[in-house]
Amino acid sequence: MSARSIPWLKYAAPPNFYGLADRLTPWLWAGAGLLFLVGLYVGFFVAPVDYQQGNSYRIMFIHVPTAWMGMFLYLLMALYGMIFLVWRIRMADAMARAIAPTGALMTFLALWTGALWGAPTWGAYWVWDARLTSTLILLFLFLGYMALHAAADDRDKGGRAASLLAIIGAVNVPIIYFSVNWWYTLHQGASVIRRDGPSMAPEMLAALLIMTAAFWLYCAAIVLRRAQLEALEREPGAEWAQAAAAGALTREQRERAAATATIGDVGDHDEGDTLTGNTATKQEGRN
Amino acid sequence: MGRSLWTLLQRDLALIVMRRQDVLTVVAFFVIVITLFPLAIGPEPERLRTIAPGAVWVAAALASLISLDRLFADDWRDGTLEQLALSPQPLALVALAKVAAHWCALSLPLVALSPALGYSLGLTGSELAVLALSLLIGTPVLSLLGAIGAALTLGVRAGGALMALLILPLYVPVLVLGAGAVTEAMYDSAFQAHLSLLGAGLAVALPLAPLAIAGALRIALD
Repeated sequence: MSARSIPWLKYAAPPNFYGLADRLTPWLWAGAGLLFLVGLYVGFFVAPVDYQQGNSYRIMFIHVPTAWMGMFLYLLMALYGMIFLVWRIRMADAMARAIAPTGALMTFLALWTGALWGAPTWGAYWVWDARLTSTLILLFLFLGYMALHAAADDRDKGGRAASLLAIIGAVNVPIIYFSVNWWYTLHQGASVIRRDGPSMAPEMLAALLIMTAAFWLYCAAIVLRRAQLEALEREPGAEWAQAAAAGALTREQRERAAATATIGDVGDHDEGDTLTGNTATKQEGRN
Repeated sequence: MGRSLWTLLQRDLALIVMRRQDVLTVVAFFVIVITLFPLAIGPEPERLRTIAPGAVWVAAALASLISLDRLFADDWRDGTLEQLALSPQPLALVALAKVAAHWCALSLPLVALSPALGYSLGLTGSELAVLALSLLIGTPVLSLLGAIGAALTLGVRAGGALMALLILPLYVPVLVLGAGAVTEAMYDSAFQAHLSLLGAGLAVALPLAPLAIAGALRIALD
């Protein structure tokens, strides 16, 4: 496999990825915690009261970042799915699979906080608004990805099918959003959401951006952690995985394991053979 | 190449027609789902008329979904699909031929039947024509999208329910535009825009969906 000399493939080897994630996650957790504190402080105590909505608008500081993260994570998941399908890099599938639950959680939180925000401002927890409906459909797409990935007996096969689904979904998301928008304008002319309120105060914007960064760091940390576990699950018998699970993965062990790791079918065009070969190795590992 | 695909189309049609039971089951399902709406909502003609486009379209989408369940399953089980994948024809075209045969045998009857069911829910005159036309343009898109789901769930546990979860969200645009066209026609406004967009959807799905189906079939056959 000549492709190993390309440096950006270094972290496609599970042991290297594991080491990198180990080094990154403490910083991500710390950054997320700090920014959550700062963002919530600015959001609750510094940002002024909205003259139309009073204090209820403050849920925006959770609602908007989670909605953004939900959409962003779906696209990221589809991107990793594409990397997995094209280059067969297994860690890409592990990342995509690790993203799905967090993406679903973010989408769910966006819907949940939206309902809580809607109750005082619109007088209803749920309306069939275009944005709400398309966010709900996004949640279903996440759930479909997870269900399809879990349904296959073979992890690789499930990963490929789910990756294809994620890509099809990513192509469809704009079409769904457009059609739902069309449907909404058709049925009720006046909009329920009034976005033409007062322009946002700088403190509000600051709180919003800080909270978005905090959610981004949180998602990165939890996704990396989940991908680490996924990497361990895939090679339960390997020496590095045993050491890592015990919390004592030495640098030497990691480098030795990375030098012999199966990244995927990188640089190998005879896909049928290598696939069965790799499946066989995996089966051995499992036993 | 054209001839072998034509043969495949004929073979699939013959197989479906031989098991007339399957066609009848899907048609009966379509009719029964529409019958449930008046029973659940009540017989007032005005109310039924308002929900008629949505009811017929939802029933068509569900009928399409359950009929697609076995699009590839039988061929996959007895190994025919593997032979088709090994044949010199591109797998995408093979998939397109299979979807076309499936649509002719199982969705066209629904399109033909839809004016009668629309009439029973209180639609009249040109609205019925728009309903049938919207289904004529829309159901091929449903078949193409559903075939992706059928291919993705080949050989997977709990295939049927999983397929609904995967595919129904993707059906949303077709459903919105199709039912929207009929609703527009009911208010004498421009329904052509909806039909044009539906046609655009078909024009996009026709070349792209077979590629996705072929990709999914390759994963299943691996």
